[in-house]
Amino acid sequence: MYRKWITFWRIVRTGVINFFRNASLAIAAMAVMVVTLSIILLSLVVNTTLSGTIKQITDKIDVSVYLKDEVTANERREFIQKLETLPNVASTKYLSKEEALEAYRQENINNPDLLTAINQTDNPLPATIRIKPKDLDRVQEIQTFLNQEENKVLQAEEPSYSGDRKEAIDKISHAANVLQRVGIAGIILFAVISVLIIFNTIQMAIFNRRDEISIMRLLGANTWYIRGPFVVETIMYGIISGLISILLIKSLFIASSGPLEASSLGLLDITYAQRYFNDHFWILLFAQIGIGVIIGAGSSIIATRRYLKFKAPKK
Amino acid sequence: MILLDRVTKIYGKSSTPALDRVSLHVEPKEFVIVVGQSGAGKSTLLKLLTREERQTNGKIIIGGIDYDKLKDKNIPLLRRKIGVVFQDFKLLPNRTVFENVAFALEIVGMSSHEIKHTVPKVLDIVNLKGKENSMPRELSGGERQRVAIARAIVRQPKILIADEPTGNLDPKHAWDVIAVLEKINRFGTTVLLTTHNQEIVNKLKRRVVTIQRGKIVSDRAHASYKL
Repeated sequence: MYRKWITFWRIVRTGVINFFRNASLAIAAMAVMVVTLSIILLSLVVNTTLSGTIKQITDKIDVSVYLKDEVTANERREFIQKLETLPNVASTKYLSKEEALEAYRQENINNPDLLTAINQTDNPLPATIRIKPKDLDRVQEIQTFLNQEENKVLQAEEPSYSGDRKEAIDKISHAANVLQRVGIAGIILFAVISVLIIFNTIQMAIFNRRDEISIMRLLGANTWYIRGPFVVETIMYGIISGLISILLIKSLFIASSGPLEASSLGLLDITYAQRYFNDHFWILLFAQIGIGVIIGAGSSIIATRRYLKFKAPKK
Repeated sequence: MILLDRVTKIYGKSSTPALDRVSLHVEPKEFVIVVGQSGAGKSTLLKLLTREERQTNGKIIIGGIDYDKLKDKNIPLLRRKIGVVFQDFKLLPNRTVFENVAFALEIVGMSSHEIKHTVPKVLDIVNLKGKENSMPRELSGGERQRVAIARAIVRQPKILIADEPTGNLDPKHAWDVIAVLEKINRFGTTVLLTTHNQEIVNKLKRRVVTIQRGKIVSDRAHASYKL
């Protein structure tokens, strides 16, 4: 037991000492890790922000059904009940004629001419049911329901998803899907490339020290006694690179918070990205370090394997 | 202690064997000098003993271990029983003199206290006192050689294999090294020494095995050596 501890302690100590003695290699390997980890982190934040922004937009999309004035309260209640049993309906909201007018006034508060015009007439707006669909791709189901004869008679005019607006809804939901898929594919691609680059760098670092490994082998050292310090060393790369990359992104946000505060770059809402980053800081920190450690340790285990083989094939 | 029975080694698809049906028997505590020109097969012989290479044919048994039955995972245990002074030293470049010698003890799990006690003694034997904290690149060829010897003998192995340990030394230091080898041989270690140095062979008056073109051409007790 004592021997095992002393061996473990020696492996860790040797790894730490080697880290400092091979400082130039360590810096090179960590530089690569910092860059790749930062890119993964950035693309993760960007993708989440994009999804968030898209969700914000699509949340505002609803289908408005306009009821005839002569529809009774009972008919209305029954109609809403039926609507809510549809699988794709997330929620409904009923606006009476008065509420619809009030909402219209609010929406056009900057257009006094329109407001004056509407005040001069008897309330021309129909009572409205706003339907929030669960899935924008399946709005068709709601449309079919609304087009049924018994439901059609209740409506004053065509529901508002039709025509131009329907096309807009379709386009946004399509764009949202594509963006999310591209984002996820991008992150996976970045991650794979990063792993390959880090693996190659560590493999090169170990290639430089292959003689050392074979000497230790000749002196009768166990596999893990030789490999252990390399793994410790690369775990240190992972921890330090993870820390640096997250601090790098953090300072990037701090630096950009002044000039870019509350501004939006197209679909990329900086404030949202910042809030997401700050809310998930600790998780992201541990994830970065975790990824760094796993990639580092994995690479060194694989890279040392070939030099640890007893090359003694018979014949 | 060392038994080779008609051992043949052929590298790759080469037609001429590096070792051709070599048989050698070394008793415990014996001091054997292996001589032969470069390319004769001395290095191959030593590599077979440390299991860096495997024989193509024949049997090798060292300290009761049959090499044909030795599993890969037990090779480290075998190598810990044999001290080797490599011709090219094979020092760890990133470690100090002290750490290089201590490494041989660390891998067998010796306590730090014992290591601190043992290593200076051995460095003293090979005249390297005061060089403990030097890196190998700061040492002369002769000094490196002596570090290699210190590392090989620090575990007090049953068998010591020394491949041209005097190759890089001036005569005075060469004799110091030979004196060290004789000393640990007196303590009971079997020594296998390869050398080119005629003077050393002649003065040592020990068993001399001569290899030529992969074959043992003479094996004489108290022999002298002429090239």
